[in-house]
Amino acid sequence: MASIDSGGGDNHKKGPGVKKAKKLSTRVDMTPMVDLGFLLITFFIFTATMSSPVAMDLNMPKDTKDLKDQTEVKQSGALTIMLGKGDQVYYYEGELTPENASTSFKQTTFKGIRDVIINKRKEVISNYKGSPACEQKAKDKGRDPKTECADEDFVVVIKPDDDATYKNTVDILDEMTINNVKRFAMVKISDTEKELVKATEQASGVK
Amino acid sequence: MPHIKMARKSTDTDMTPFVDIAFLILSFFIMATKFKPPEPVPIETPGSVSSIILKEENAMLITIDKDSKVYVSINAKKDQGKLTTIIEGINTSRSLGLTPAQIQNFKNTLIVGVPFGSLKTLLNLPPAEQAKVGQPGIPVLDTLNNELVWWIAEAKKAFAGEKLLYLIKGDNHSKYPSFEAVVNALRKNEEFKYNLVTSQEGAPEGTELYKERQGKK
Repeated sequence: MASIDSGGGDNHKKGPGVKKAKKLSTRVDMTPMVDLGFLLITFFIFTATMSSPVAMDLNMPKDTKDLKDQTEVKQSGALTIMLGKGDQVYYYEGELTPENASTSFKQTTFKGIRDVIINKRKEVISNYKGSPACEQKAKDKGRDPKTECADEDFVVVIKPDDDATYKNTVDILDEMTINNVKRFAMVKISDTEKELVKATEQASGVK
Repeated sequence: MPHIKMARKSTDTDMTPFVDIAFLILSFFIMATKFKPPEPVPIETPGSVSSIILKEENAMLITIDKDSKVYVSINAKKDQGKLTTIIEGINTSRSLGLTPAQIQNFKNTLIVGVPFGSLKTLLNLPPAEQAKVGQPGIPVLDTLNNELVWWIAEAKKAFAGEKLLYLIKGDNHSKYPSFEAVVNALRKNEEFKYNLVTSQEGAPEGTELYKERQGKK
């Protein structure tokens, strides 16, 4: 610690008029400086925004009334995912008819939907019979026709319910990127589907 | 008998290296810190695996808060005149009768989340007080009177010939209908490309995307 030597207790006798220059210590007390330094560090650590936000691209199709412009979806390759209350996910494959509603309409969570998507994709790829038009296109672009076209028929239709949150929507869109689903669409939920979701929610007690 | 004298050690420690390190860390944090811009509406964004860094210049930011209220703010730091063009356009197209002072005040307004009817009252307040007032949100859910459509139309006009990004920043707990209404408002203006503001997340292990990203490295 820096302390000033008052020179009170020295016994040297040097005679009158002889002044000895005091030897001051060159050491400075650094404690306050360190205190301040660390205070500032803590402040900056707390205010630092380390993760910068990222952007997720979303492209929506143009509204087309013309049937010719609308993309046709093959029943065999379609997977419809509905988002409901309480982070619940409902899905069915192909078409929903009054006859098959009880068996094909299923409930899962965000954890389970990934496997559903992966399995469906595998199924579609294994059923791939070859489409000359698509393969020609891929060849022209210089891409591998097999990987490019095998999942051509695979389409995921996303239908968020009114009770679904924005997080659910982003999560399911993210799931499309994660599982490399090239064709997906966000569609308004139909009344029959809404009723089915509501009924399932009530039956399983989702709040 | 020899007397052993124990050397008295000083309790002082040399703090210089300690201070060196402390200030090194301090300077690192000062340089690395990018201060959060003031957030008039706190938003908790959902995570996504996307890795595109958000661009905020020349952007129209549509915010949806946790109560599904919709706000709009325009980021045009380089050209403040654009903001005036937008508010003047809104003023004439919706015949709001704003005074020049109110129009001037729009430049400093951080975020707008009121119906056109209350815009006058909001612009009468100084910017510091605007944040304190609870804004009811822009009415979007009524498909016939989606006021966001007008905001987008004017912004689009003001940025004609330039690239204008549409950022949608939604809260985790906001409901889907609001988001849908926002998208519909954009679609009505023939805008089909948007950026959703999210926080970064890693790709889950074992998935297609994970394999792809690992392969690239």
